[in-house]
Amino acid sequence: MAEVKEMNNQAVLDKLQFKFADAIFNVSEPFDLLTITTSKDKVIEIIQFLYDNEELKFRFLTDICGVHYPDQELPLGVVYHLHSLTNNIRVRIKVFLPESAPRIQTLTGVFLGANWMERETYDFFGIIFEGHPDLRRILNVDDMVAFPMRKEFPLEDPNRTDKNDDYFGR
Amino acid sequence: MSDIKIVEAPPGVEGAGFFATSLDKAVGLARSYSLWPLPFATSCCGIEFMATMGSHYDLARFGAERLSFSPRQADLLMVMGTIAKKMAPVLRQVYLQMAEPRWVMAVGACASSGGVFDTYSVLQGIDEIIPVDVYVPGCPPRPEGIIDGLTRIQELVQNESLRRRDSDEYKQLLAKYGIQ
Repeated sequence: MAEVKEMNNQAVLDKLQFKFADAIFNVSEPFDLLTITTSKDKVIEIIQFLYDNEELKFRFLTDICGVHYPDQELPLGVVYHLHSLTNNIRVRIKVFLPESAPRIQTLTGVFLGANWMERETYDFFGIIFEGHPDLRRILNVDDMVAFPMRKEFPLEDPNRTDKNDDYFGR
Repeated sequence: MSDIKIVEAPPGVEGAGFFATSLDKAVGLARSYSLWPLPFATSCCGIEFMATMGSHYDLARFGAERLSFSPRQADLLMVMGTIAKKMAPVLRQVYLQMAEPRWVMAVGACASSGGVFDTYSVLQGIDEIIPVDVYVPGCPPRPEGIIDGLTRIQELVQNESLRRRDSDEYKQLLAKYGIQ
């Protein structure tokens, strides 16, 4: 019987740094969750490696989501959450993109389940996933023109006429 | 001894073997105690509605035993819960599929005004897309509130002129919502 080896964050990081030394930066472990940042050119390759590697086996895509930090040089982020069910370990991969050209390769080639997650990220943040089979809005109304989770978008319904700012202390 | 009360007859002329009243009143009476509600329940107000239909509160006592899950056979559209903007065309279509005369009740803060969800994705009250007859306040309203709303609807039904739906005023109201 094969010996069960305990997999930990450091072992995952070692493997990643061995293979993609200059593409991994900002490594941190908030709440023991290994978090790395990479570039948009390398991210699909890294996820494919994590998927294929016989020891790591990151074969479950928990989520893809977007994030907007307007003050950053590259304000729009895409965050991938991967889970290795066999090793009971997770990893979080962040990629940041410029607001002028928020384009990144699709992950649907690796995980088919990325399809709707990428549509959602496109819907709310306007991030364009190149090569996605059907990139259109999924949760918001089809005729919406804005990307509502970007910080410049006003949260409140613009059609309300009964709200006097004086009553709300602003 | 049963204490069941039968609805009183509308005012009219009574004599030996006959009773005369206006058609409006007779039809209104019949309609108001046999409303078929269509429950359009999307969230917690719908849970309160389930209690309202259950044995303890029992909306059937007011003649609304038979819920209609087909808009074509329903008289009363009860909208209970948050209506997202993406749901709005669906709700509107349900309303359009109902036959006249039809009434609409907005149950709870969300259906009436958007409630706490003052956000780009939520309809700020269903009266943005369809005309509403009765608003029931509450978040969610208690079953008593929903029953009160239904009795208000019954009052409207009883006192409605048979010609109201043909009136210019009513047509203008629908036109305001882009219906017809």
